[in-house]
Amino acid sequence: MRAVVSVIGKDGVGIMANVSKKCAEVDANIVDVSQTIMQEMFCMVMLVEIDKLKVEYTSFVDVMEKYGKELGLTIHVMHEDIFKSMHTI
Amino acid sequence: MLNVNNILETIKMIDEEDLDVRTITMGISLLDCADSDIDKSCEKIYNKITEKAKHLVAVGEQIEKEYGIPIINKRISVTPISMLVAVSGGDPVKYAHTLEKCAQAVGVNFIGGFSALVQKGCAAGDRELMEAIPRALAETEHVCASVNVGSTKAGINMNAVELMGRVVKEAAELTKDRNCIGAAKLVVFCNAPEDNPFMAGAFHGIGEPDCVLHVGVSGPGVVRAALAKAPKDLPMDQIADIIKKTAFKITRMGQMVGAIASQRLNVPFGIVDLSLAPTPAVGDSVAYILEEMGLDSCGAYGTTACLAMLNDAVKKGGVMASSSVGGLSGAFIPVSEDAGMIAAVRNGTLSLEKLEAMTAVCSVGLDMVVLPGDTTADVISGIIADEAAIGMVNSKTTAVRAIPAIGKKVGDELEFGGLLGSGPVMNINQTSCNVMIQRKGKIPAPIQSLKN
Repeated sequence: MRAVVSVIGKDGVGIMANVSKKCAEVDANIVDVSQTIMQEMFCMVMLVEIDKLKVEYTSFVDVMEKYGKELGLTIHVMHEDIFKSMHTI
Repeated sequence: MLNVNNILETIKMIDEEDLDVRTITMGISLLDCADSDIDKSCEKIYNKITEKAKHLVAVGEQIEKEYGIPIINKRISVTPISMLVAVSGGDPVKYAHTLEKCAQAVGVNFIGGFSALVQKGCAAGDRELMEAIPRALAETEHVCASVNVGSTKAGINMNAVELMGRVVKEAAELTKDRNCIGAAKLVVFCNAPEDNPFMAGAFHGIGEPDCVLHVGVSGPGVVRAALAKAPKDLPMDQIADIIKKTAFKITRMGQMVGAIASQRLNVPFGIVDLSLAPTPAVGDSVAYILEEMGLDSCGAYGTTACLAMLNDAVKKGGVMASSSVGGLSGAFIPVSEDAGMIAAVRNGTLSLEKLEAMTAVCSVGLDMVVLPGDTTADVISGIIADEAAIGMVNSKTTAVRAIPAIGKKVGDELEFGGLLGSGPVMNINQTSCNVMIQRKGKIPAPIQSLKN
């Protein structure tokens, strides 16, 4: 199973490093990253494997969202199926 | 890898445009709970509902968390209670109290099915149930009631129309110190669907399986946002295309949530109701969609045409996205739940007559309309009869959820709070239709009924 971690907010130094570190702490393996700056906003989308998480998936969701608030960013963790179902036929 | 723009689009829909799954509704048959002893019947109902729905709320919340998609309501619909009253006799309000206990025990937002289907006439239990509705709604918080008074096949039962005018008025009077909330939990239908997940009109039809899970999607804000990006000179057919594409995405999400929820609850998946259901949140409004199409205000000439196209495009987009579409499916136009409708009533552009015209092309009918408190029961029956006639002739569902604001007059407001919103008391035509309503009897089924 894979989840999409999306990070949106004001650009700054070390966002990618910080979020990756947080993923590594719970054994969330990053399999793909896409990052861009849109109208001075930092937008990053990570695809992570969640099968071997050290913690419950739902607490991973909470941890990442809370961490986003600490950094002043909006972080969402959502199961990849929602995007697949909405955007593919 | 998934397309980043698609991911950001979905996140924006949820965060900024109020995309949500409006409800997951578990339909539960109570036919096997009927007993000639009303207390035994109530006990069986309590046991069955609390067993079947014990995980409903928890599973809903789990899916919300995992997929990041809000599921606003978890609800239950049950077999029309009039059928159980037919077997047991006794005071139907006892059943309402049992349903209320069930709702509180499993933690759902609403439970629907304090209902009777009387389009062709009253059988045992029907009249008792209808007369008990005002008390049932006043003495409970989560129970919703509905009565089907007409259908294209059967015509309109004018005895029931006459009675329901009085029932609506009494439901409001018994709850006048609580913003007449009783009448807001009561719907009078023509052509009521048996698999509707939306309240207050949900009930579990007798053709349905023992237990089933329906999903109602929403998303007026998403459609509005998509139309806002369209240039002002884009032809109407291309506007329809944008609506179709958006409805497809919304429905796919509902389909996915429904499939997962039914699997986890081990209950068959029923239908996706692809409705645009507004909320009082600014932006999450069907009226704003119509205005985005190019009307200065909802209620202007052109409103009915825009709504007809919207309703049709939502269905066309949604139907391919789901394996099983049902319920009401289309655009709702509840006045008090829609910021744009409320504004249009306040500024005088949206009248009850225009709303009535809109109900000929929307998915339901006159919904959450606040009437002056001194409106007579006959006038309310007249409104019900007109709506039922539109539904009967057009082979569509129509309904009336009107709230007489006891003690208030035109220009005052009723505050329901939550998803029910607040509504200004509308100025309506109070001309008497007493003689016509008191004739009672029935309006015969129209020629459209002879399809065989």
